[in-house]
Amino acid sequence: MRIILAVLLSLTLGLVTLQAQKIEKIGVPELEKILSSPDNVLHVVNFWATWCAPCVTELPYFEKLAKEYKSGDVKFVLVSLDFPSQIDSKLIPFLKKNKITLDVKVMTDLDYNSWIEKVDANWQGNIPSTLFFNNARGVKYFHPSEVTEKELKGIINKYIVVY
Amino acid sequence: MKKYMFLSIAGMFITMLVNAQSQYKAGDIASDFSLKNVSGEMVSLSQFNDAKGFIVAFWCNTCPFVKKYDQRLQDLHAKYASKGYPVIAINSNDKNVQPGDSYEEMQKAAKNKKYAFKYLYDETQEVARKYGATNTPHVYILTKKDGKLFVEYVGAIDNNADDASAADKKYVEDAVNSLLSGEKVSVAGTKAIGCGIKWKKV
Repeated sequence: MRIILAVLLSLTLGLVTLQAQKIEKIGVPELEKILSSPDNVLHVVNFWATWCAPCVTELPYFEKLAKEYKSGDVKFVLVSLDFPSQIDSKLIPFLKKNKITLDVKVMTDLDYNSWIEKVDANWQGNIPSTLFFNNARGVKYFHPSEVTEKELKGIINKYIVVY
Repeated sequence: MKKYMFLSIAGMFITMLVNAQSQYKAGDIASDFSLKNVSGEMVSLSQFNDAKGFIVAFWCNTCPFVKKYDQRLQDLHAKYASKGYPVIAINSNDKNVQPGDSYEEMQKAAKNKKYAFKYLYDETQEVARKYGATNTPHVYILTKKDGKLFVEYVGAIDNNADDASAADKKYVEDAVNSLLSGEKVSVAGTKAIGCGIKWKKV
């Protein structure tokens, strides 16, 4: 009986975990790997946090536009600067509540000055900020402020290459 | 009609100039100001006759980053005010955008947290614009020399917002220690992550 209970319990827990948003914790090496992705795709990397009001405002535009483009043309990543200690208490509940399905990564290296300039030399560290790049085509554009849906679409259309 | 168009175009141009103004960096001469403290008095840096300099921190009540640094700013004041570098905190957030950062809320916060430093209200946002502050927290270390205020450091307090004990680069402390011992500040600028200053909607 106990064994059955234990199995049931672990199954239930397993299901809960499966339903939860998959969140990857990253550090500087993983960030560098994303930034140097060699594939011929327009990467859209948005830096945000749940505590940043303008970030929260623009997130739905990314979520919406991700459905309008093919994943082979545009790849969205949301890099959260929420504190690692608040992933379970703040970030995951926020993603669930707002039905965010995009790829979310949490930057766990809080020594910001060790990586801010790797994203863009002129970035002051303010969020929201979004980086658009396609390394295969030598395309890079950094937008160090919030975007409207129209602006975001305009930037993507400018840099996307569709065959 | 033409006159109005000219005026609005001129207005736009001036706004652009203000926005384009870059931030102070080490070596620049900083302006003094006169801002209202939470106690009601007007405060200028020139009033501090005994100070060797200042730790000016753009601050507020509401930003999670500021809250993380709250105790650390109080500790900086406790450690350095008596040595000639008091903390001067300035809130420049627009109360219409962020009601939690109104003057009344500042008074409450200062009382609850027993701030020993001046907590000033930059209602017109002129000081933040002049200094080029973008975020809270955003720290400017100034020293007095020949009756002028020289910028010695601009940026973050240390390199771990979440956990003070895990910070192994204490930018502000290192800079003030260097100044107190007559040495050059080794790291004169860092990027300060935090909440953007809540500018007035034009």
